[in-house]
Amino acid sequence: MSQQRRLGKKITFIVGGILAFAYVFPFFLVFVNALKLKPDILANPLSIPTSITWDNFNQALTKMNFFRSLTNSIIITVLSVSLLVVFSSMLAYYLSRTKTNLSKYIFLILVASMIVPFQALMIPFMARFAQFVSWNNRGALIFFYIGFGVALSTFLYHGFISNIPTEIDEAASIDGASDMVAFWKIIFPMMRPITATVSIINALWIWNDFLLPRLVLTNETQTLPLSTYLFYGQYSIEYGQAMAGLLLAVIPIIIFYLALQRQFIAGISAGAVK
Amino acid sequence: MLRARAAKKFSKFALVPLVIFTIVLVIPFVNGFYYTFTDWDGFETTKFVGFDNYVKSFKDPTFWATLRFTTLFVVVSLVIVNVVAFGLALIVTSNLRSRNVLRTFFFVPNLIGGVVLGVIWQFVFNSALVALANKYDWALFKESWLQDTHKAFWALIIVTVWQSSGYMMIVYITGLVSIEQEVLEASQIDGASPLRTLLTIKIPLMAQAFTIALFLTLRGGFMAYDVNVALTGGGPFRTTELISLHIFQDAFANGNFGTGQSKAVVMFIIVAMAALVQVTISKRYEVQR
Repeated sequence: MSQQRRLGKKITFIVGGILAFAYVFPFFLVFVNALKLKPDILANPLSIPTSITWDNFNQALTKMNFFRSLTNSIIITVLSVSLLVVFSSMLAYYLSRTKTNLSKYIFLILVASMIVPFQALMIPFMARFAQFVSWNNRGALIFFYIGFGVALSTFLYHGFISNIPTEIDEAASIDGASDMVAFWKIIFPMMRPITATVSIINALWIWNDFLLPRLVLTNETQTLPLSTYLFYGQYSIEYGQAMAGLLLAVIPIIIFYLALQRQFIAGISAGAVK
Repeated sequence: MLRARAAKKFSKFALVPLVIFTIVLVIPFVNGFYYTFTDWDGFETTKFVGFDNYVKSFKDPTFWATLRFTTLFVVVSLVIVNVVAFGLALIVTSNLRSRNVLRTFFFVPNLIGGVVLGVIWQFVFNSALVALANKYDWALFKESWLQDTHKAFWALIIVTVWQSSGYMMIVYITGLVSIEQEVLEASQIDGASPLRTLLTIKIPLMAQAFTIALFLTLRGGFMAYDVNVALTGGGPFRTTELISLHIFQDAFANGNFGTGQSKAVVMFIIVAMAALVQVTISKRYEVQR
């Protein structure tokens, strides 16, 4: 029995190892080729670079306007996620504490809206908001993210707030705290775990989103996925530079993930059971 | 008095997000339905045209081809993503010492957006594999997979599985670790083999995780756009266009706003029906605890 179990463990280890190799292999290809010159890449994409060239990175940094796109991505993601946290936690608090038919229907509409694919909206959407977009496209994009993200975020908060006893609100109100003060000083700090979940899920979505920014943003305001795509389209023949560009596009989110790995996994599993 | 206070609370806590939600989601949604019954050209409507846009959409042979291709893509990717993700979840919840490292590796593709993943794999299929095939004489990869409709389909599946299995793995891990330890110990004492424990205890007790993962992959499959654009771009000759890209091309590249929007409505109905059917069926298998 124990021998059988040890064999089972060995097989799991080998299968796991092979799969892990397969999962990181494309990143490995990008990484080694970002450091090579074009002829070396064509001769053998698998070879470790013999002479390392950083020129690819310099070229990619300027050609894809890396720092400008990075700044845009950061501004848009941070503002959208913060506003989503503020608005959806408040909305969820209201909906879960006010037991009226109105709040029940609002909640139902929010849940039902999650099934609507963005593609079903994008055409009337773009027609309707063309002016708003041309006035301030980053602002418009943030506004849109709040509209599209509020349902899921409210839903996640709602599930969490329902487990916070109402006695806490009552105690605060007896002590003379207003609704707003009670919410921000007492309830909101208690929701740290779900705030982490909501932030991570929305940050991943907004950081990586492509279709909406493609419709809304211009050259000056493009985010990282957009500039990567355009850059790759133009310079895919320059393999080394293209790979350097891809590597640059991937690095920020990987750093972010490695720094917050535990919160990421906990956040996604908390979001998944709902 | 009470009423005024309730209204004040509503305006403080709920009004702003609900207004934004209505402007961004509800109004375009209702508008979208309305437009499909008019001669809307993206700017103005002059008259009602009944079901003309829908008739035109269904007479478009490329729309049927897209629907077929998308359905096939959804079914195949749904099955493979979930089988692989469940396998990964079993591996990283085993007693291997390397399980945390493995989990990170499996999850990483998920962090990166579909567009960047798509172009990474475009390089793999178009350049890296072709160069290697010529070097070592592998017949399978000598021609880029993306030049052939059938192989490009499998390329899309591979990238989709690689991208989303890590996320679904987390969903399945959540399900697996939620099973009470006593139940598993009891089955072990009763002499159940690992396979039997898996099939008759673990899977039924974590059916909820399957409901969620299947729903997410179903929805994700129908909405797939990024990988499609970045990997195949719909080519060769628009034969690998999934429905999202097809609608995008119809409306924004060819300016057919009426048919584009009616195709989008059809897509919405298909997604809603499929999700409803899937969730109803899956729910039946969930054990009440």
